[in-house]
Amino acid sequence: MASDFRSQVEAQRPYLLRYASMELRNSDAAEDAVQEALLAALGAEASFAGRSNLRTWLTGILKHKIVDSIRRSSRERPLETTDGESTVDDFDALFDETGHWCEPPQAWPDQALQEKQFLQALEKCLAALPARTGQVFMMREHLGFETDDICKELGITATHCWVLLYRARMSLRDCLQKGWLGR
Amino acid sequence: MKLSCKEASRLLSQSLDRDLTLGEHARLRLHLTLCDACRNFNQQLKQLRQAVARLFE
Repeated sequence: MASDFRSQVEAQRPYLLRYASMELRNSDAAEDAVQEALLAALGAEASFAGRSNLRTWLTGILKHKIVDSIRRSSRERPLETTDGESTVDDFDALFDETGHWCEPPQAWPDQALQEKQFLQALEKCLAALPARTGQVFMMREHLGFETDDICKELGITATHCWVLLYRARMSLRDCLQKGWLGR
Repeated sequence: MKLSCKEASRLLSQSLDRDLTLGEHARLRLHLTLCDACRNFNQQLKQLRQAVARLFE
């Protein structure tokens, strides 16, 4: 029974690794976080008893390990402000000289967003974001941090944070438009 | 001061992360009533947020 639990937990490792890599943007840190989460999970089998979904339970544990990892790394390697990700000027090309869209955004059909291909394209587009931009975006949108907390954890200003989030959203939108809708 | 689409796109993004000032909010509302493209952009930001939240379910 005990080894049964162990193998079920172990079977979730690839999924957890994909999850952690997307959040942490660093494969070593992701491996470590998953390892810590799996160890914690194996030591806490009793607290899983009666819960229906192992993956959800494991993901909950992993989230804590990811947050710990972000805290540690931001203490060890404080963010450089000149990381080349802090301006929005590179999106100026999307607008004409009067500030209008060169290619006005068209509505995305809600139906299509339910498709598997969309989520696959989204994962690809997320992976293509610059590291810091991607991390801040995932902290905000996936882990659900408030901007203030992101600033505190990463030691950046609120303005810098908003710029990174804007960059992430503009890049993702553009990437999805091209990669998923194919235009 | 009327907003350009470029300024509106930045405010729309920030509106997901902080409370806009009353002035910003009013100018944005006015811009959105007049601009289909920015309305679509705003909708896309919301769709993006929902999709990312769902990503690992």
